[in-house]
Amino acid sequence: MEKVKNIVIAGLGGQGVLTASDMLAEAAFRAGFDVKKSELHGMSQRGGSVSSDVRYGEQVLSPMVPAGEADVLLVLEETQIEINRPMLRAGGVLIGPGLLPDGALKNKKSLNVALLGAVSTVLDIPQEHWMAAIYANLAEKLHKVNDQAFAVGREAALEGPLAQHP
Amino acid sequence: MTSAERQLLSGDDAVALAALHAGVRLGTGYPGTPSTEILETFDRLGGHAQWSPNEKVALEVALGVAFAGARTLVTMKHVGLNVAADPLFTATYTDVEGGLVIVSADDPGMASSQNEQDNRHYSRAAAIPTLEPVDSQQAYDFTMLAFEISERWKIPVMLRITTRVCHSKTIVIPRGPVSGVAEPAFEHKIPARVMIPAYAKPAHHRLRTKLAEITAWNEAEGPIQETTGDANLGVVTTGISAVHAREAAPEASHLTIGMTYPLPMERIRAFAAGVERLLVVEEGDPVLVDDLRTAGIDAEGKPEMYRFGELDVARVRRILAGDTSAEPVPPKGKPPELCQGCAHREVFQALRDLDCIVAGDIGCYTLGVLPPFSAMDTCVCMGASIGVGLGLRHALPEDQARRVVSVIGDSTFVHSGLTGIAEMVYNPPATGHLVMILDNGTTAMTGLQEHPGTGRLLDHSTTNKLSFEGIARAMGVQNVQVVETTDKSLSLKDVIAELLAKPETSLLITRQPCVLAAPKIRFYDKAAAESARGHTCSAAVAD
Repeated sequence: MEKVKNIVIAGLGGQGVLTASDMLAEAAFRAGFDVKKSELHGMSQRGGSVSSDVRYGEQVLSPMVPAGEADVLLVLEETQIEINRPMLRAGGVLIGPGLLPDGALKNKKSLNVALLGAVSTVLDIPQEHWMAAIYANLAEKLHKVNDQAFAVGREAALEGPLAQHP
Repeated sequence: MTSAERQLLSGDDAVALAALHAGVRLGTGYPGTPSTEILETFDRLGGHAQWSPNEKVALEVALGVAFAGARTLVTMKHVGLNVAADPLFTATYTDVEGGLVIVSADDPGMASSQNEQDNRHYSRAAAIPTLEPVDSQQAYDFTMLAFEISERWKIPVMLRITTRVCHSKTIVIPRGPVSGVAEPAFEHKIPARVMIPAYAKPAHHRLRTKLAEITAWNEAEGPIQETTGDANLGVVTTGISAVHAREAAPEASHLTIGMTYPLPMERIRAFAAGVERLLVVEEGDPVLVDDLRTAGIDAEGKPEMYRFGELDVARVRRILAGDTSAEPVPPKGKPPELCQGCAHREVFQALRDLDCIVAGDIGCYTLGVLPPFSAMDTCVCMGASIGVGLGLRHALPEDQARRVVSVIGDSTFVHSGLTGIAEMVYNPPATGHLVMILDNGTTAMTGLQEHPGTGRLLDHSTTNKLSFEGIARAMGVQNVQVVETTDKSLSLKDVIAELLAKPETSLLITRQPCVLAAPKIRFYDKAAAESARGHTCSAAVAD
C-alpha cells in the first residue's frame, strides 16, 4: 500500500490555518484519495496557537499526524516554527512565511494560499484540484488575488531549495 | 449536500446531514465546542433548528417533540449533559414515540473545556443506549441507526462523539433521505409519560426489559467491526481509539464496538477466547475495561497515565508496549487572549485596579484570568459566578466581602444566571453583592451564536428579546445600572467602586458588541429593518 502523506499546518488564530487545511484536504479529496483532516478549535480564534493535520493516501486510519511523522510542515507565523518542528520527520519539508520575497503579496490575508502554492510543489496532487479546492473555500471576489498568491508561493518554492528537516 | 455522492465532511456536519435525511422535525441544543456546528449545519441544510437557553430546556423541548411522535435531535457538549441530567434520568423511563437522539460531544484533552469528563458514565447511570462513531461515515450511519433504535424500543438514544470525531473531516457516502417518517399526532399515554411513583415503578421494569432486548440485538446484529489478525494480540476499542489502534497495531486482531451501552458481552467474550493477550484501548476513563472485568473477562487496560488527555497513534503504541516512561512534553504554544479592542479588557483592568475578588464564569471573558489582567479568582461551571460570589460574600470578613464581584456573560446569564439572581435577592449577604453582566451581544466563545438576549434566532432572523435590566428590576435587585463601555463620560472604575460601597444588591451591565460580532450584528439589523419595511409596503398594498 502506498504510504500516507502527512501534512501539518500551524499558525495563530485568525491567520487562516483552518481554511488552508480545508483547501488542502479538499484538493486531495478531489484528486480521489482517502482523506482525513483534524483540527482543534474553540478558544483558538482568540489569537492563540492553532494547528491542523491533513493525511491522505489510499487508506487513512487515524485523523491525527503522529509526532515526528509529518512529511510537510507549513507554518504561517515565524514564532510558531520551533513549537511545531517536532512534528516533522527526518527529511520532511518545512515551509514558513520567510520563503516569500518581501512585498510579494498584494493582500497579506492570502499568505495561507501563497504558502499552499509552495506546498503544492512537493505533493502529488494535480494543479487543477488545487485551484478548484481554493475557489470552493473562498468568496468569488477573492479568487483573483488568491490565484496570484498561489502562483507567487509556487514560484518561490520552485526557485530556491526548500528547507529540509535534518 | 443531499445527494448520495462521496463527500468530505466533519463529524458534526455528518450528524447534521443524517438528521436531515432521517426526517428530524426539530433540532434543539445549546452551543458548546465541539458540538456547536451540528445545529448550524442542520439549519443551513434546510432543517429546523433552534438554540435553547440551556441544555435542560433543550432536552425537555426535544422530549415534547418526541411525545408528539416526531423525530428530534438535541445537541450539547459533555458538560452540557450535566445541566440536562435531571430530565435525562427520567426521559429513559418514558416511552418516546418519535425518535429522540441526544448528542453528547465529549472533549478528552480539554481543547476548550473546564474538565474532561467521560459521558459513557451517563450511559450506565441513566440507562441510555449509546452509540460511538469512529469517523464521519459512522457519525452519519450511527445517527440514522440511533433514530431506528429509538423508535423501535421507544427509548432515547445517546450518540457520544468526541472532539476528534466532531472536528475531523473524513469521507462520507450518505444513504439519502429516508421515507415513511411518522407525522406528529398526540395520543394520551399517561402511564408511559407521567413518572409519578405508581407509573415510574413499572416504567423502570420496562426500561430494563428494553435494554435486555437491545443487548440481544447488539450481540446479533449490532454495529461491530471485527478484523481477524494475529491471535497473540486482540485489541478491543471504541470511538476514535479504534483508528489509532488499527494504525498502531495493523497485525493484531481488532474488535471495534459501535454500541457501547448496553454492551455485546458475549461477542467480546468470544473474541477474547480467540486471542492470547486481550487489551482494551479506550480514551478517558477505564469504563469499557471495567465492564469486561465485571463480566469475568480477563482484559488488560491502559496504564493510569493514559487516562489524561487524548490518545493518538504514538500513545497507543506506548500502551501496546506497556511503556510508562515519561512522555515527551510538547512545546508550549501561544495561549489565547482577549481580542484587541474587546470591551472586556476595560472591565478586567478596572477589577484588577480595584483589587476585587472576582467570581468568574464560562466564556471568552474567562480569559480575564490571564496576564496582564489576572483578574479572576474562581471559575467552575456555567452560572456558578453568582452562587460562588454570594458564598464568598457570606463567609469572608467584611473588608474582603465588599470586594467580591460576580462576572458573567450575556449568553451564560440566560443559560444559568437567572436563578443566581433569585438567590441573591432571596438571601442577600449583609454587605450586599455586585453582579456584572458583560453583555457583548453574542455567544462569542463558541463562534458567535445567538441567544435569548440578542433578539435573534439561530438563523439570525429577529425574535423577542430578553431585557436583563428589566428582569433584574422585576426580580427586586436594588440597583440596576447599564454602562455602554464606549461612553467615555463616566469611569467604569468609579461606577464599580460606588456599587461596592453600598450594602445592597446590584446588577451592573456593561454593554458593547463583541468586536468579532459587530459587523455581523450590523448586517443582521440592516436585513431585519429592510424586511420590516418590505412587510409594511406589502401590507399597505394589501389594504
